[in-house]
Amino acid sequence: MATRDRVRSLWGRITESELALSLIAVALGLVAGALILAVTSSEPFVAYGAFWQGVLGSRRGLGEMLYYGTQLILTGLSVAISFRCGIFNLGAQGNILLGAMGAAWVGYWIQGLPPLLHVTLALLAGAALGVVWSAIAGYLRARLNMHEVITTLLMNYLVINFKSWIVGPKGPMKAPGLIPASPPVLESARLPRLWSDARLHAGVLIALACVVVVWYLLFRTRLGYKIRAVGLSASAAEYGGIRVARSIVVTMAISGFLAGLAGAIEVLAVNYRFSQDLSASYAWDAIAAALLGGLHPVGTALAALLFGALSAGFTATQGVADVSRDTVLVITALIIFLMVLIRSRKTTAVATKGGTSSAGLEQRT
Amino acid sequence: MQGWSSVLNLSLLAATLRIATPLVFAALAAVMSERSGVVNIGIEGTMLLSAFAAVVGSHFWGPWVGLLLAMAMGGLLGLLHAYLSVTVKVNQVVAATAINIAALGVPRLIIPYIWPGHYGDTGLVPPLPDVTLPFIAGLPIIGPVLGKHSLLTYVALILVVLFQVLLFKTRFGLRLRAVGEHPRAADTVGVNVARMRFAGVIIGGMLAGLGGAFLTIGKVPQFATTVTNGRGFMGLAATVFGNWNPAGALLACLIFGFAEAFQISAQPTGLLPVPRELLMSLPYILTLVVLGGIVGKTVGPAASGKPYEKS
Repeated sequence: MATRDRVRSLWGRITESELALSLIAVALGLVAGALILAVTSSEPFVAYGAFWQGVLGSRRGLGEMLYYGTQLILTGLSVAISFRCGIFNLGAQGNILLGAMGAAWVGYWIQGLPPLLHVTLALLAGAALGVVWSAIAGYLRARLNMHEVITTLLMNYLVINFKSWIVGPKGPMKAPGLIPASPPVLESARLPRLWSDARLHAGVLIALACVVVVWYLLFRTRLGYKIRAVGLSASAAEYGGIRVARSIVVTMAISGFLAGLAGAIEVLAVNYRFSQDLSASYAWDAIAAALLGGLHPVGTALAALLFGALSAGFTATQGVADVSRDTVLVITALIIFLMVLIRSRKTTAVATKGGTSSAGLEQRT
Repeated sequence: MQGWSSVLNLSLLAATLRIATPLVFAALAAVMSERSGVVNIGIEGTMLLSAFAAVVGSHFWGPWVGLLLAMAMGGLLGLLHAYLSVTVKVNQVVAATAINIAALGVPRLIIPYIWPGHYGDTGLVPPLPDVTLPFIAGLPIIGPVLGKHSLLTYVALILVVLFQVLLFKTRFGLRLRAVGEHPRAADTVGVNVARMRFAGVIIGGMLAGLGGAFLTIGKVPQFATTVTNGRGFMGLAATVFGNWNPAGALLACLIFGFAEAFQISAQPTGLLPVPRELLMSLPYILTLVVLGGIVGKTVGPAASGKPYEKS
């Protein structure tokens, strides 16, 4: 009996801890992933080996993991800050694409600038497009009460169609030739690679800096306090003298900045041009990273590295064994399911109290 | 002016009905779910997975089995969402987002096993038959618009009427609306809140399944991960516009459908000075504009999105 009680109290302590619960969800998700590999691949052990080599087992793998991690950290932060404000912003995909477009345009069109200035301008141009586009969605939500889940998603489709046009056959950004892509950005606008054998680039430093900045912003500034207050209860925040509508628009602008930056970095450090192939579907993994990281900047960054590892690992696996990279999406979904299930007992009270701030398509005041 | 007659004609209205069909299913799904008090933004993913189930079913056993599989898949995903939202009481938007993400990945995982060499799309499968209405097809004006459509287009129109009656003229409908509006009151008079919500979300899932089936075996009988392209979310917007009534949602779906039909038929004529790729955004823009004009004037079920705590 005594052992049983001890086990029970240990289990109780584990389930008290947010971190432990997240880790359990991740572990179960990874086990499920390994099982999926075992079922779908004809040579699962070749696949496991390739996965390990593609993540931590080789220098190249580590670099690729950090490359995917960089995208996901920035996009994850973009998602996390808007969720903190109670806004279920699904517009990261569109913001990334716009950021990539803006950076590419400044990168190839403006000439004769010193390198550091050119890169900075191109990064800011991309981020600025994200800011404007995302703030529009924020405005629609804050002033017209249009639900952000619907607006941000439909706005993603607008950007995707715009992308097809701008580098399409008659598009203004299209380079001469057959490829639907912009001209390459000039050398002066490129972010340097850090390792020659992987896509790890200087953008990772920008991403890590953003983790610190977002943490400081959320937990050490008045604006951050307002954002969190609105997210906990918009009506209470309003009553306490916070201008909710303005906080929402500002939050969405910051969120757009981060996602736009992610897109800009993608162009300036990796692709060197804006191409129609860019789909930015990692925006979905970023949502999972933000949720798994408890909407905390540091947690989000760690979770982003985890999903970065999944992306790098499965990309490596795809080359060697008959395994689809899209397994990542399935594992991502599984981890979210598991996380909400495992955490549910703890968060029931929160969900009932604050659930309407991020759920519910009805009008909210 | 002559060029416009090739755009603005009766076949434009027929195309409107055809294009509105999946939106109507999505909107009905959202109406049923939200009237019972559960928000389901997973309708997009539910449609996508059902569209895939329909193609798989049709590939192996023919289109009718495909249709059944699509409904079963929709119902199953509805059950999952209801379990997470009603029983476990997790954040409904988060749970549904996981469904949407899974829907992007699962088909691609399975496709290579059934269609070797294929990746993001499948081969062609047998479609559901089109139906020609015996008397109506021969009528002037009405005939070309209503006379010949996919079976599921007629099903969608009939279901709008049925669900309008079900929601507002039956005991079941009254109870469903009660648990979405004021679950405590409903509970007090003996209505099982959880059971009604499960019913609403599962029925909604099956409706989304029909919408998914239409997108593949009712139209071009082939699956690609882009077949839904946000239609589930347009259905949600139509629900808000339609004040959470089937008939109102139908009207919104017809407006969105018209925008897309117009875009498709105006595109090749070159009559509009807008590039093709941008014209494709018209339905999405119209959805946003319509939604922006209407919100605040319609009010949804009061308890939608809020888990019910029995005390």
